Amino acid sequence: MSIKKDQIVVIVAALLFCSAIYTVFVYAPTERVMGPIQKIFYFHLSSALVAFLSFFTAFVSGVLFLIRKDLKWDVVGVASVEIGLVFTTLVLITGVLWGRPVWNTWWTWDPRLTTSLILWFIYASYFILRSSVERQDKRAVFCAVLAIVGFVDVPIVFLSARLWRTIHPVVIRAGSIDMAPAMITTLLVSLGTFTLLWALLLYHRTRTLTMAGRVKNLEKRLDGGIL
Amino acid sequence: MSSELFLIAGYMVIWGGVFGYVFFAARQQHLLAARVQVLEELIKEKEL
Repeated sequence: MSIKKDQIVVIVAALLFCSAIYTVFVYAPTERVMGPIQKIFYFHLSSALVAFLSFFTAFVSGVLFLIRKDLKWDVVGVASVEIGLVFTTLVLITGVLWGRPVWNTWWTWDPRLTTSLILWFIYASYFILRSSVERQDKRAVFCAVLAIVGFVDVPIVFLSARLWRTIHPVVIRAGSIDMAPAMITTLLVSLGTFTLLWALLLYHRTRTLTMAGRVKNLEKRLDGGIL
Repeated sequence: MSSELFLIAGYMVIWGGVFGYVFFAARQQHLLAARVQVLEELIKEKEL
């Protein structure tokens, strides 16, 4: 991406963020039962879906790495897991802040909450594994396998509120969304904004991590007197 | 704490998290650019 294109995308993302805030706080109606705290939902759900998208990308990158043995897929995997972990952290914290006034508790071992926390631990362990294996090729294989196996928890998180008894609300059901049209529009604007932000972050992190790998190799060659 | 305060706290967490991560990514890029500059100088020295 050229610098000019890059700047245009950043400006579009900033404008989308402003419109997302406008739709959340001005356009979307206040929910009757929960009141203003329900407005946290738009960024909470968008963060969750973007985190799932990240882990799906890491899963695909893991599969592609194991098939092609090309380290570029390892880099895409690291960037995806990193971004996914950031958004999962945001989901957990905003969930806690939403749950306290609505459920009258900071945390409950509800299936949706528990499986989400497990998801966070799985992908946090990805970085522990990464820092504990010295050899680059082995590290990439182990991390690809973890990204593939860890992805099993994503559909479990998504389906947990449907499969088990839970206090977590389910708004998206097969064929319908239990929300007012203005709320659906607000959710779509938030989701679009977060998806664009995710794409931007993934692009830049992948580029930075690829560059970092090249610089490290050059430094090694310089130290070894090859250059 | 009122419901509005939890809402503000929630959005502060989201903005803090997103901007914190963007700042972290930008800082890493900046450090990388500095390393590239050092490498370029070292290679130039070796060539001379």
